[in-house]
Amino acid sequence: MSVLAPTVRAPRTAARRRRELRRGSPRRRAVFAAIALVVAFLWLFPVYWMINTAFKPSGDIQSLTPGFLPLPATLDHFRDAFGKNHFWDNARSSLIVTFSVVTLSMALAFFAATAVARFRFTGRKAVIVLLLVVQMVPFEALLILMFIEFNRAGLVYRLPSVIIAYLVFVLPFTIWTLRGFVAAVPVDIEESALVDGCSRAGAFMKVLFPLIAPGLVATSIFAFIQAWNEYIYANVLLTNENATLPVWLASFVSAGGQIDWGGIMAGSTLFALPVVVFFLLIQRRLSAGMTAGAVKG
Amino acid sequence: MSAVETKPPRATSRRRFGVPAGAAPRARRSVVPRRIPYLLLAPAVLVMAATIGYAIVNLILISFQHFRARELILGLPTSWVGFDNYRYILGQQEFRDTLIRTLAFTAVNVVATIALGLGIALLMRQVGRALRVLLATSMVLAWAIPVVTATQVFQWLFDRDFGVVNWVLTQLHIGNFQQHSWLSNPVSLLGIATLIVVWAAVPFVALTLYAGLTQIPEDLYEAARVDGANAFSQLRSVTLPLLAPILLILALLSTIWDFRVFTQVFVLQKSGGISSDTNLIGIWAYHQSFGGSPNYGRGAATSVVGAGILLIVTAFAVRRMVRMGGER
Repeated sequence: MSVLAPTVRAPRTAARRRRELRRGSPRRRAVFAAIALVVAFLWLFPVYWMINTAFKPSGDIQSLTPGFLPLPATLDHFRDAFGKNHFWDNARSSLIVTFSVVTLSMALAFFAATAVARFRFTGRKAVIVLLLVVQMVPFEALLILMFIEFNRAGLVYRLPSVIIAYLVFVLPFTIWTLRGFVAAVPVDIEESALVDGCSRAGAFMKVLFPLIAPGLVATSIFAFIQAWNEYIYANVLLTNENATLPVWLASFVSAGGQIDWGGIMAGSTLFALPVVVFFLLIQRRLSAGMTAGAVKG
Repeated sequence: MSAVETKPPRATSRRRFGVPAGAAPRARRSVVPRRIPYLLLAPAVLVMAATIGYAIVNLILISFQHFRARELILGLPTSWVGFDNYRYILGQQEFRDTLIRTLAFTAVNVVATIALGLGIALLMRQVGRALRVLLATSMVLAWAIPVVTATQVFQWLFDRDFGVVNWVLTQLHIGNFQQHSWLSNPVSLLGIATLIVVWAAVPFVALTLYAGLTQIPEDLYEAARVDGANAFSQLRSVTLPLLAPILLILALLSTIWDFRVFTQVFVLQKSGGISSDTNLIGIWAYHQSFGGSPNYGRGAATSVVGAGILLIVTAFAVRRMVRMGGER
């Protein structure tokens, strides 16, 4: 993105001198480094502790002096987790639901965002306001009403019900976010494509789409998180067999008696893993989206 | 987003995405583009209107009706009761307490999230490459952890018997935290919920603000230094004004998200066993609808009041955002 690079490149030495000026004295730098380490520790520790517990034998987990390394390590909890309830069925549901929600929401949001960012039309302001206001309604409150609707349409206990529900939950936010990306692409680029003889649809697909692709990737994360994580709707609208993974994960807790922390942490680790992989894959594009073109000197 | 971009001249905006002026016959320019935005919007708007729009309208209608499980299951006709449901919930001391608690919870969470996010974003600009990568990685990892997972992990960290937090606090002689139960006290239960919410929300804010910071030209800081500005006044006169649009978006989104916090507190309540003193408005509405004596009318009225209050609280930000968005 062009905005990320400074407009005039100063010679490298000057740039380094500037950066040093900004960072200040060695003592100040040491203080900042120390704070950075503490922050990183605070944010990493819960994740580390989850993995640590998942690999510990049950006896070591219920110890009054917690061990900071999972030694000796065991895979028992993971083996249990795979065997619990309908893991493979639920994983399949999760993949189908998540994939559907991400693709559908990106397609619909892309069209809608283009309309809002690129055209002036009657009702445009109303659309923008509605996109924000809809997000203020708590989705839990709509559960029973959506259930009645899906029931009437014969969709209850089937995957399309949650796919549609998640799709409409994420659309306001994804349209809103994508709007920024579309708006950041200069109109001139499309116009020159038109002058070169592209049709309007051709300009739309050949020129605008590739430029928006990074934005689509960044925005898709919100659809991904919603579809992968949502629990209450999945619990009500699906059966135990075709439910998504959050329902599977919740079944660990309601086991009763002594809480099986090893199992829960192993389940949590498995559940979080695909999201972490997805995030690490698209990491670089993650936050650029929110700020595309927002700051200009 | 598209905040501080300069406003394009109105004359050109009409033919955005259209043919340059004079290059096309008049009819094509005026008729076709007019339909296009509506066609582009149609799929998203139709699917939303048919589901969530329909549900919201029904929610509002039900809030004026006497509607309980009996009517729902047997399909009995419901009766209109005017503002009875609203009068009932507004008359409940528990509702008023819940509302104040929710507003306080939201305020604490939003302020903590934005302050820490901004601090970490600024920190990422100050430290060297290795530390910056470490910070960014820890942020991305924490961000990727699903809410349900995070809630369980924090419950385990703060577990009464074998939780590592109690052990560490005891070892550090901060006090005797052996067998200390964090979930049996309303304030500390909401404190843990705050930790979960803030821990999970800061990464998005920090990474977004950092992306914004990298777009501020270094020359501006240089100019400020020439004028004799110290670090603090550089922050005040250069960084914050330029980040203001992003901060506004983030504060608005955080307010919406934190006011609607449900899962974290709901799960903690289940393990802690206390609920009436820790309810947030969404959970209270849920209990009205599905609790001991289910009454969907009252639940719906609670949700409508909650959404209305959220709208009032955020009205200022929404108006500014729409005005900014309107420039596009």
